[in-house]
Amino acid sequence: MSSEMTDTTDETLIETGFSVETDRGREPTDAEGIVRSEDLSVYYGNERALEDVTIEIPENQVTAIIGPSGCGKSTFLRSINRMNDRIESCTVEGELTFHGKNVYDDDVDPVALRRKIGQVFQAPNPFPKSIYDNVAYGLRIQGRADEVDLDDAVERALKGAALWDEVEDKLDESGLDLSGGQQQRLCIARAIAPDPEVILMDEPTSALDPVAASKIEDLIDELVEEYSVIIVTHNMQQAARISDKTAVFLTGGELVEFDDTARIFENPKDDRVEDYITGKFG
Amino acid sequence: MSFRDGQELFADVDLGREKFLNRVFHAVLVAASLFGFVMLVLLILDVVWEAYQGLTVFQIDPVQFLTQPSSSRAERAGFGASIVASLWLMVLTAALAFFIAVGCAVYLVEYASRNRVTRLIEANLANLAGVPSIVYGLLVLALIVNDAGLGSVILAGAIALALLIVPIIIVASIESLRAVPSSVRDGSYAMGATKWQTIRRVVLPQAMPGILTGTILALARAIGETAPLIMVGTMLHATRYPDGPLSSFSAMPTQIYNWTYQADRMFNGLAALGIVVLLAFLVAMYVIAGYLRKKYEADASLTNV
Repeated sequence: MSSEMTDTTDETLIETGFSVETDRGREPTDAEGIVRSEDLSVYYGNERALEDVTIEIPENQVTAIIGPSGCGKSTFLRSINRMNDRIESCTVEGELTFHGKNVYDDDVDPVALRRKIGQVFQAPNPFPKSIYDNVAYGLRIQGRADEVDLDDAVERALKGAALWDEVEDKLDESGLDLSGGQQQRLCIARAIAPDPEVILMDEPTSALDPVAASKIEDLIDELVEEYSVIIVTHNMQQAARISDKTAVFLTGGELVEFDDTARIFENPKDDRVEDYITGKFG
Repeated sequence: MSFRDGQELFADVDLGREKFLNRVFHAVLVAASLFGFVMLVLLILDVVWEAYQGLTVFQIDPVQFLTQPSSSRAERAGFGASIVASLWLMVLTAALAFFIAVGCAVYLVEYASRNRVTRLIEANLANLAGVPSIVYGLLVLALIVNDAGLGSVILAGAIALALLIVPIIIVASIESLRAVPSSVRDGSYAMGATKWQTIRRVVLPQAMPGILTGTILALARAIGETAPLIMVGTMLHATRYPDGPLSSFSAMPTQIYNWTYQADRMFNGLAALGIVVLLAFLVAMYVIAGYLRKKYEADASLTNV
């Protein structure tokens, strides 16, 4: 764990030794959320992975989703951009809206939806193409490569992903030649290049070493000025450090508590959440 | 109680029989693997010896052999027209088989749902790859040469060879398509790519070296096939260069075959030289396939960074 925990004498310390940085320069807003779900249940075959989840995720903030393994947090993330459609046995009940529109309506094409909601995966998965082609991929498949200055867009995305300085001389080398942390930042650059509105991150640092992970965390802090970030993590310190809002899922796919991150970690309402955060459960 | 040496310690354990059996089976297995190797060496030595005989005893001129068409008179016969016919066959076979096979493999891996029908199709592909080649020759003879009236031309031969290797290419293509990790597909779909964009821009480029390797190995098999071409019908002597897919022809293996049963002994020398040329083609194709595979493996190893 990080060393800063030990020398914090802040009153935000709870018995577990958590330090929560509450002043993030952004006030939690009550504005209409960009992504909302209403009684969302997701099934794999007959098995229920999510149970009646109702949540409103704010725009331009970092929303962390935490919970023990198998609690449905990744399932929830994948149901936002309908990547669950790729799993044959998966069925969805209830509503999930993006800008007020239910994305499971018949007139919503998941391909279009995913062009507005990008995703970064747990393990870095760059394409076996050059760094440049990886970043340009989104604009190219969307047929926008001719409308924009592609070189400029690639440079901006790589800068946005804090990778430009490391790769500007080798844009035509394979993305697979980069280190794991660089690959993950390349995947972030790939996701932001077509300028989506929401970025979903599914445990984006769990396959990385601590240094690479902290770079990604710093990056998320900057991304949120332009994008709404929803991040699944099993690392509670990470959720506390980087998120504005935190949703706690518990086994059975139930959303137990959703609130400002500071409140979740300082003063959770639900005893089970307190147990989970203090490590008594999960 | 302590023992000074192993012999004394294990005096009551008798391994004599087991050790003898070990040695016997070791020897049997070594002999079995040597057999294949020795036969291959003998075969090559025999071919080289015969070819040498052809060059020295019958004074076959290598340049004339490689450039002249065949003839019923051995001293004027060459292999050139057959080489060109085989090249034509290879190009046409590759063009016919590649797109059908890759299309079928892409459909089975990327589009078809995993149900009993697709599993049945896949199981039968392996069986189709084992059907005797003469059967495909008969099929093309009946349907294309006679019914469709195409005649005994290069295109008909290419159709027979394509039918023969399509299942082989499909099986190889399915394997390399399945080897593309699903995380890469997910990455593409999550960018808002359609299925076809994902296949064309991500899946196929990554699977292509494996598909090409499989295709070249299948073509190497096709180029040496004799039976289906005999069924389709070839010239006894490829006396003129083919001028297109609709020429009559005799490819390398059929010309070699036809030469071997001629009365004039010189034809045997010609056949031996022909085999050397055919083997050279095969070796070249294996080298290309091996190079592609190696390159592919080197690329693939980078994903573990």
